[in-house]
Amino acid sequence: MAKLMNARSGGLALLALVMAVSPLGFTNAYYYDVAVGALFNAMICVGLNLLIGYGGQISLGHGAFFALGAYASAIGTSRWGLPPLAALGGGAVLVGLLAFVLARPILRLKGHYLAMATLGIGMIIYIVLKTEAQWTGGPDGMGVDPLALGGFVLATDRHWYWLAAMLLLVVVWLALNLVESPVGRALRAGHGAQIGAEVVGVDTSHYKVLMFVVSAVVASMVGSLFAHKNGFITPDIAGFHRSIELVTMVVLGGMASIYGSVLGAVLLTLLPQVLAGFDDYEAMIFGAIMMGTMIFLPKGLLPSLITQIRKRAGGRS
Amino acid sequence: MSMLEVEGLSKEFGGVHAIEDLSFRVEEGHIHSIIGPNGAGKTTLFNLITGIYTPSAGQVRFDGRPIGGVAPSRLAAWGLSRTFQNLQVFFNMSAIENVMVGAHLHVDRRFWPSLLRLPGSVRRDRACRRQCADLMEFVGLGPYVRAEASSMPYGALKRLEIARALAAQPKLLLLDEPAAGLNATESREIDQVIKKVAAQGITVILVEHDMKMVMGISDHILALDYGRKLAEGNPAQVRANPEVVAAYLGAQC
Repeated sequence: MAKLMNARSGGLALLALVMAVSPLGFTNAYYYDVAVGALFNAMICVGLNLLIGYGGQISLGHGAFFALGAYASAIGTSRWGLPPLAALGGGAVLVGLLAFVLARPILRLKGHYLAMATLGIGMIIYIVLKTEAQWTGGPDGMGVDPLALGGFVLATDRHWYWLAAMLLLVVVWLALNLVESPVGRALRAGHGAQIGAEVVGVDTSHYKVLMFVVSAVVASMVGSLFAHKNGFITPDIAGFHRSIELVTMVVLGGMASIYGSVLGAVLLTLLPQVLAGFDDYEAMIFGAIMMGTMIFLPKGLLPSLITQIRKRAGGRS
Repeated sequence: MSMLEVEGLSKEFGGVHAIEDLSFRVEEGHIHSIIGPNGAGKTTLFNLITGIYTPSAGQVRFDGRPIGGVAPSRLAAWGLSRTFQNLQVFFNMSAIENVMVGAHLHVDRRFWPSLLRLPGSVRRDRACRRQCADLMEFVGLGPYVRAEASSMPYGALKRLEIARALAAQPKLLLLDEPAAGLNATESREIDQVIKKVAAQGITVILVEHDMKMVMGISDHILALDYGRKLAEGNPAQVRANPEVVAAYLGAQC
């Protein structure tokens, strides 16, 4: 138990340290901009991993939940004059309700069918955002005011970096709590052996629905933040490509690994920066990474790495 | 009152009668064994009793309540728990976590306290972990308290399922071939575990091919063949029944 506590607080401390030290290498504002994007993706992926890695349910629709959060904030603040936090919270509640209503019928599906159904929902949301121009500005998108929290305006990417870093720590902490709790065990049990879980009283579909809602709410909240930070959003953020990107991050980092999701999100957010000249091939490269991971590192980067390190350590002692 | 009453139970799979017009009772606190050749319908019967299959006809009453169509997770809350012939272990979790899932109905599983890691829920979870470690000792899994389920041998996994089922604090425990794949020494250890479980007042229904185990620990035996009742009674009566010997025991002894 004490060991577990150490691994847990140790991991959080390491994450905090890395995020605190990284800006030393940021030579201009652009670095902060990219880093904030990475941290946003990390938060979504940690939430999504609860569903995919721990719950064993695929979703190709979370990009759309992200977009709904973004539009909730955009519409709530600029059209209705709501305070940013109220718009963020309201968007999260709406997305949570939507996810809850959708989850029961969808999560009854398995494998390819589940992937198709979530993909379909994502596409419907994308089309709605694109066509309801009087609300969303249509394909042209809409502007969003900067985030102001009690008089303090987050005006620079540096401000955003520190906010996102703190929020990521909170999200990781909450996710670790959940995974190690009776709720997380029930979720993992439903993934491991559904009938085995049912006969000891676990209502497995309840936990799948719960995680679908939780991961959708996380995506929505991050979407809200993204809208304020970016200052401008278009329906493209709900695109199919975005959902695939998120799932690739989770799979690459490692299913059922919270820190793996952070790693996967950071790596794949940085990748397009490194491959700036290969813009047209980005989707292809993501696809190749996904396939490569499935074939060569089915457990994902971080879990494979940890297994390797343990093997080495075990061999020596 | 009987712990379990089965009345006129039938289950068809596309015209094949896996269980046909079967009736029997299981008394509280007894070890009740079900024997029969492969394909006699023993596992089907288990799946009917635990709500995994719905009967084609007839009824099962557990503790006075009919269980037709009730979800397995509800039945667990009523006090019915089981193990599986083909393991249903959570290989993505540690051994003790497997047992802790068994205690699911008796732990604080509210969302917000779990998410926020409130001190009360952490304390209760630690208490649960200790109890589950004790249960693992009880079934002879002491050395595996810190193991991952995926690294355990087959015989240990069988016991892990027993520990998980016990963690649910059942009134009725169904064991589907707990000794399958175990050597003689391990089987005798399982005998002891089952006896200790029954001594705690838990009713046990046992499906097993190990006749030494069945004859040694059962209070009552039901012999099945082709989904029908062949014979019923205490071990001596069943052993002496010529039909049972012809259908099953004869081939064994």
